[in-house]
Parts: sequence; structure tokens; C-alpha cells
Amino acid sequence: MATEALSVTDLHAYYGDSHVLYGVSFALEESRVLALLGRNGAGKTTCISSIMGLLPPRGGEIRLFGEKISGLPPEAISRLGVGLVPQGRRIFPTLSVRENLVVAAQRQNGAGKAPGKTWTLDRIYDLFPRMKERQNQLAGSLSGGEQQMLAIGRALMGNPKVLLLDEPSEGLAPLIVQEVGRTIQRLKDEGQSIILVEQNSRMALEVADQVVILNTGETAFVGSADEVRADEDLVTRNLGIFHGH
Amino acid sequence: MQSGSNSTRTVLALLAILIVGAVSFSYIASIRSAQFAIVQTLNSLALGGLLFLLAAGFSLIFGLMRLANLTHGALFMLGAYIGANIMRSFEGVSLWAAMIGAGLLVAVMGGLLERFVLRRLSNNSLGQVLVTLGMSFIIADACLIIWGGDPIPVPTPPDLRSPIRAFGYAFPSYRLAVVVLAVVAAIALYLLLERTRLGAMIRAGVDDMQMARAVGIPVSKLFTAVFMLGAGVAGAAGVLGGPIMSAYPGLDADMLPLALIVVILGGVGSLFGAFVGSFIIGFIYTFGTALLPDLAYVILFLPMIVVIAFRPQGLFGRIAA
Ligand SMILES: Nc1ncnc2c1ncn2[C@@H]1O[C@H](COP(=O)(O)OP(=O)(O)OP(=O)(O)O)[C@@H](O)[C@H]1O
Ligand SMILES: [Mg+2]
Repeated sequence: MATEALSVTDLHAYYGDSHVLYGVSFALEESRVLALLGRNGAGKTTCISSIMGLLPPRGGEIRLFGEKISGLPPEAISRLGVGLVPQGRRIFPTLSVRENLVVAAQRQNGAGKAPGKTWTLDRIYDLFPRMKERQNQLAGSLSGGEQQMLAIGRALMGNPKVLLLDEPSEGLAPLIVQEVGRTIQRLKDEGQSIILVEQNSRMALEVADQVVILNTGETAFVGSADEVRADEDLVTRNLGIFHGH
Repeated sequence: MQSGSNSTRTVLALLAILIVGAVSFSYIASIRSAQFAIVQTLNSLALGGLLFLLAAGFSLIFGLMRLANLTHGALFMLGAYIGANIMRSFEGVSLWAAMIGAGLLVAVMGGLLERFVLRRLSNNSLGQVLVTLGMSFIIADACLIIWGGDPIPVPTPPDLRSPIRAFGYAFPSYRLAVVVLAVVAAIALYLLLERTRLGAMIRAGVDDMQMARAVGIPVSKLFTAVFMLGAGVAGAAGVLGGPIMSAYPGLDADMLPLALIVVILGGVGSLFGAFVGSFIIGFIYTFGTALLPDLAYVILFLPMIVVIAFRPQGLFGRIAA
């Protein structure tokens, strides 16, 4: 059986008194892409924030290569090897592009190892030549697509064992979405374990190996991407209330 | 970024300040001798330099930790007392050595305060402000018990006792040295913040604290480091101000409001704002007291009110005060 890179077991999360995740469970296998799908407000970002330690879980357990990370502060979870590309990108706007990357550089320790070669500033610039051209520009002045690449580059600088991508295609032009898709495919080919959150399931299903569907804070479906690709209505059925776009 | 009306307002506010400054300056210059104007100008610059050292730390701490550290004035006074004490206890210790010694001691005290008191209140900003206010009273009383109620003079370094003579006028040399040191400190702080990885991490924390933690920046250690830096610089500034102001009970309460006005004027979290604001306040306060002693505080608060009315985030700040 494949190694579990990240496992989430019976996760419960709250914002103050409001209960948002009710016992979510799934596991990401090493070097695989897991698509985490769900409608608006289903709890995808909450799930990602819980894994990252930004919203400490009130119940359940999260493990990274067998090591328990739930309950640790975000900086410790980052150092153990979880990289985050957050929803809305959240690059540091008053830092230059280069500084955004440099502040996030770190080597990993703890169980499991980061895939492939170590990420350095030069390798990020190879991956995104545009970042090199703009390295001295303030990150806040970049276009949406460039900010997304910077956010991905910044997460990679931490040499993550598991990369969390929260709606990386949100608000981007179709051409840029394709570029983001190609980047994810390339990272996957290098052996990166990835959790990819998307509302737009088509792009996610192209690269995913595993699929988890959340519906109002509960796991509605856990299975393989092949299963989902074979049955076109499966996603819609599990998203909850049908709604056409 | 900034809208057009915002920069118009900045220009307006700057103009208002310039007018207040220019009017008082020319008035003084016309009725008194040029020598008097030179001395007052250097007094203003020296006060501005000291205010910068105080306000820079306050502003940095507020920018990163969203904490108004009201002990800052007390740390300045504590530095002045410790420096005076060092120089009296050890024969031949220079002011500069005393400044470094006191700065380090006050930095350590700041670190302890942050780690063991403020850290425990990290989600309670009102509690934090009250605790810093309480700590400033405790420090002030401790100073009174240890060093008594009489002012303790701090000797001027021998080399800087006599004024520099040029163009037929005398320039007080210690005040010049204070200005030079403040400018050097400003450049050093600028380089630390803008040109090092540590500085970029601090700025990342100011931009987005949660995200900074999520990329592995040890924000908790940064807090302690920045707090120690701010406290240490304030303590060292107390010693540097010693030969001009000496160490006396109430020095904390005299300095803190000036530093607060500087920060509000220049913009919270902005080093450049603290720099410009310090010299503006240095001039207004010095000339205001000389020209219209009864209205010194009115003249002092006027530019602040103008700035708050037109530009709540201060001249160079990004966060509304
Ligand atoms: N900071 C918050 N405080 C209170 N409630 C929140 C907060 N953030 C999210 N919620 C609520 O928690 C639920 C899950 O939100 P979450 O952001 O995880 O959804 P999502 O699946 O990421 O949606 P989207 O696709 O729109 O990003 C929603 O009902 C939302 O209103
Ligand atoms: Mg979301």
C-alpha cells in the first residue's frame, strides 16, 4: 500500500461557536494529487486552514507522514513540511517579488522527505521566468496571474512534502488557468504530493488521482479520480443541491 | 495604492506644518540674534534626533505587534538613569560605553517584559496597553526609589564640551553629535529593515501575520527581537539625551507624549514617517517653547490635529491610527 503523506481523521472545526466541519476524514497518498471539491461554503478552505494550523482543529487528528501535526502552530507545521498557496493568494504586497520568495525559504525536517531537488531561488525563476524579470518589483503591483505564480513559488521555497493549493485558478483568465494547470502537472511529475482545492472540477479532475467531495462540512465522497471520470454525474450528485453555472 | 485626493491632502497637511514652522522660525530669526537662532535650531535637531530614536522603536513595535507600548517613555528614562549610574560608578567609562551598556540592559528588560507579561495577553490588546501603562508606573517608581528625586546630571563627553566655531558663530558640538548619531541610527535601522532577510520577515509579518506564520516565519521570536530592539534603542537614547536633559523623575512623562505625537504625525509603522515627524516636532516644540511658552502645547498639537483630520494614517503610514 502507498505511504500516506497526509491523513485527516474525524476533523471537527469551528469558527467561534459555529461548527463548520463535522468529522471530515481522508488521506493523501505520497506523490499523488488529491482534488478536494465542494460548493461555495462547503468547508474546503476551513479544511486547509485546519491542516495548516491557522484554525486549530477542535476534534480529530491530522498526521504528516505519520507524525501528528494537529495542535501545532502554523510556523511549526510549515517547518515540518506543509506548504500553503492560500485562497486569494495573499502574497506580501509591500515586499519585492524576490523578498516574498526569500522569506519563505527553508529546509525541511521530521518524517518523510520533500520530493525531487531542493527548491532554490534560481529553480523558482526557471519555473516562472516572469518572476525573475519582476524580481525587484513590489509584489502588490503584479497582475493576478503573476501573484498566483508568486504564491506557488513562495510555497515551494519551503520545500514542502505536501503542497496545499486553495482554488489556484480562482479569478484568473483561461490562459493563465491553463498555465497554472501545467505547473501543477509538472510538480506532480516531480513527485510532489498535492491537495488541490477547486470549485471548477474539470481542471482539478485532469490532474487528480484521488477525489474528496465535501458537502456542508461533511465528506460526501472519497474515491479515485478514475471512478469520478467514469461517471460524469457523480460530482454533481455529491455536491449537494444541484445548481447549474 | 493611494488615490489622488489622498496625496492632495498630504500636500495640504505638509503645507500647514511648513507654514507653522516657517512662521515661528522667521519670527524668532527677526527678533533675536542669528546666534540664538543657530542654537535653537541645533536644539531642535537634537531633540528631533532623540525623539526619532524613541519613536522608531515605538512605531516598529506597533506596526508588527499592533501594540501601543506605553512603557517606551519609562524605558527611555530607565536608560538615562542606568547610563548616569554606570558613568558615576566606574571612573573613566565614556558616555558611548555607558550608552551601549544601558541599551543592552534595557533591551533585556524589554525582552523579559514581552516574553513573560505581554505574551500572556496576546489576544487582549486593551489588556496589553493597560499592562504597559502599569509597567511604566512601576519602572518610574522603581527609579524614584533607587535614584531618588533629584535630577542626576550626565556629563558631556570632554571632546564635545566646547562649541565648534565657524563663520563667526558657535555651534554646540554635543547637539551636533546627537543629530549625527540619530541619522546613523536611522540609516542602520533602514538597512536592517529594507536590506536584510530578517527585515523582510518583519515586514512580511506586518503585511499579513497569519500568512507569515504559514510560510514558516518564526513570528513569535520576531516579536521578542523587535521588542528588544525598540526597548534597547529607547534606553540608549535616554543616555544620549542625558547631557542635554539629565535623568530626572518625570522624564518618561515628558518624552512619551512627544513620541506619540511623532508617531501619529509620521504614520504608525513607518520608519521614514518617524524620522520626518521627529524633526518636525523637535522644531515646533523648541521654537514653540522659546517663542510662545504659554502656547507651546497648542502649537505642538496643532499639526497633529491637522494630520488626523486630513490623513488619519499619518503622513507616511499605511495603518489608520
Ligand atoms: N472566518 C470565518 N468566520 C466565521 N465563519 C466562517 C469564516 N470563514 C468561513 N466561514 C463559514 O464556514 C463555512 C465554510 O467556509 P469555507 O471558507 O471553508 O468554504 P469554502 O468551501 O472554502 O468556500 P469557497 O469555495 O467559497 O472558498 C461557510 O459557511 C462560511 O460562511
Ligand atoms: Mg474557500
